[in-house]
Amino acid sequence: MAADNAKSEVNHIRRMTTWWIIISVVVDVLYWILVGPHVPPGRMTESAHNNQTTFNVLMVAALPVLLGVWLYLGYAVVVWGSKRNSTESVGGEAARTNRKTQVSWIVITSIIVVILAGYGTVAVIEEHGSGGGEGPNPVWSPSGAAKAETAALAGTATWSPGSKNVLPVQVIAQQWKFTYRYPTFGGFESDQLVLPVDTEVAFNVTSLDVIHSFWAYQLSIKADANPMVNDVAYTGIQHTGSFVVRCSELCGIWHGSMYNYGKVVSQSDFMNWATKTETANAANTKLLPPFAWTYVPDANGANGGLYPDGNKTPYSTVEVYGSKTPAS
Amino acid sequence: MSRNARLATVLGAFVVAVGLVVAAVAVYLTPGIPGGTVDFTKSQPAGAPVNLTIQTVGSIGFGAHPTWVTYMVKSPSGKWVHSTDWQLPANTVINVTVLQFDSGSPLRNQQWGQASGITGSTVSLNGKPFSTYDSYTGNGVGHTFTVPALGIDVPLVGISSNATNTCGVAPCGTNYDHNTITFSFKTAEPGNYPWQCFVPCALGYLYGNGGPMSTQGYMGGFLEVVR
Repeated sequence: MAADNAKSEVNHIRRMTTWWIIISVVVDVLYWILVGPHVPPGRMTESAHNNQTTFNVLMVAALPVLLGVWLYLGYAVVVWGSKRNSTESVGGEAARTNRKTQVSWIVITSIIVVILAGYGTVAVIEEHGSGGGEGPNPVWSPSGAAKAETAALAGTATWSPGSKNVLPVQVIAQQWKFTYRYPTFGGFESDQLVLPVDTEVAFNVTSLDVIHSFWAYQLSIKADANPMVNDVAYTGIQHTGSFVVRCSELCGIWHGSMYNYGKVVSQSDFMNWATKTETANAANTKLLPPFAWTYVPDANGANGGLYPDGNKTPYSTVEVYGSKTPAS
Repeated sequence: MSRNARLATVLGAFVVAVGLVVAAVAVYLTPGIPGGTVDFTKSQPAGAPVNLTIQTVGSIGFGAHPTWVTYMVKSPSGKWVHSTDWQLPANTVINVTVLQFDSGSPLRNQQWGQASGITGSTVSLNGKPFSTYDSYTGNGVGHTFTVPALGIDVPLVGISSNATNTCGVAPCGTNYDHNTITFSFKTAEPGNYPWQCFVPCALGYLYGNGGPMSTQGYMGGFLEVVR
């Protein structure tokens, strides 16, 4: 009798395992082919593409687990469900405990979690922070980033179509709008964010007042904007198109309106736009403070006083926006 | 009490509770815009330019917050109204006249000293055109009229801080010291476009962005563009 029960249990597991493998392979393949390419945030940038791949890998790993639970649940209800007028509790003897099943579940899911944690860690390191803000001293930088950022402060940074130089772009948040400075083009400031394709971009994100967060969803870039902090995030632009920038930190009454649309254009179009805007904004650029990674926002006649001068930036001293003395 | 009666009582109580919650949320989300929406869509023949006259005042002088800085608008009937919610026709030229009664200071971000998104890219300040205003010189900038979604920004140059004939209670007449700033822009397709002042001008609030800067009806509002 005991031998029959053991044989029966083995058959159940083999049957469920067979079904589980077949269904999991079919669902995973269908997901990878039909759904995977459409999963946010798309493929506009290197980090977006990599994050999309990571999401898909996570889903392909998670789907068999989900299907396994559902399959086991359905199988148990159908095969081991309590029979009408039965005196035995639901599931019978086998439902009370099954150490093999418990240990298998814990071991397998632990292995999956550890593998995914390792995968995620490698992805963040290899993809230069994977589009996330790394703070003022990025640990994972693309080649040439430090050189480009240092040159930006010295006013010697260059970029031209085909140059392969990293392009530093400064994101300045204020209640309630983002503006952008381009140190490679004289440090002009604009309310438009235009980027060249096939270029590694270093976003330097800061704030002039409260805490905001720069979130360019299709670029897979997200970095907090804190006053007196330069939060750096990297990505390599891969495709042209438009994207939306939103503030993702509740920052006041017009937080919901703190968004703008940006675009990725060809390198030659970007060069045209940048040089034209540099010329058009030249009169105002002269009045801006010298380019720096962070600025001390002046309370500007509103009885508020200055933010403390942290002087923490690794690249330069801070510059004052709204100082009584114009930039030299 | 019968089973049906109990059921009806429970359902009725549930409906009343849900209604109270919905009403509370609705009241919270619609704090009420002083003066309501001022309609400029019928003030002239269709397609003709709309004349919009507004004023900025250092302290409104009445209402719940008499010390707060504010915008006011002149309705088509010629009456000054405390409203920042203006209904405008789509794809139409809007000729704006700003009577600036407030003083100025350097901008926190000089970027807002550059006029943009307006017809001809120039602003008239007391009859003199400019496209970029150096907020570190002269009287500085008191406020801005900025519509981010339309790319519109106009710095509103302040009056002299030494002015003696200043207005303390709105609406202010042109007999008080003021700057007259004029410009034009063209409205876009129908939609609600938030506008705001980008000078943190809320006196007495931390970093100047609380109070009137964070309350609709004072230093920001909506352009309700309709067809």
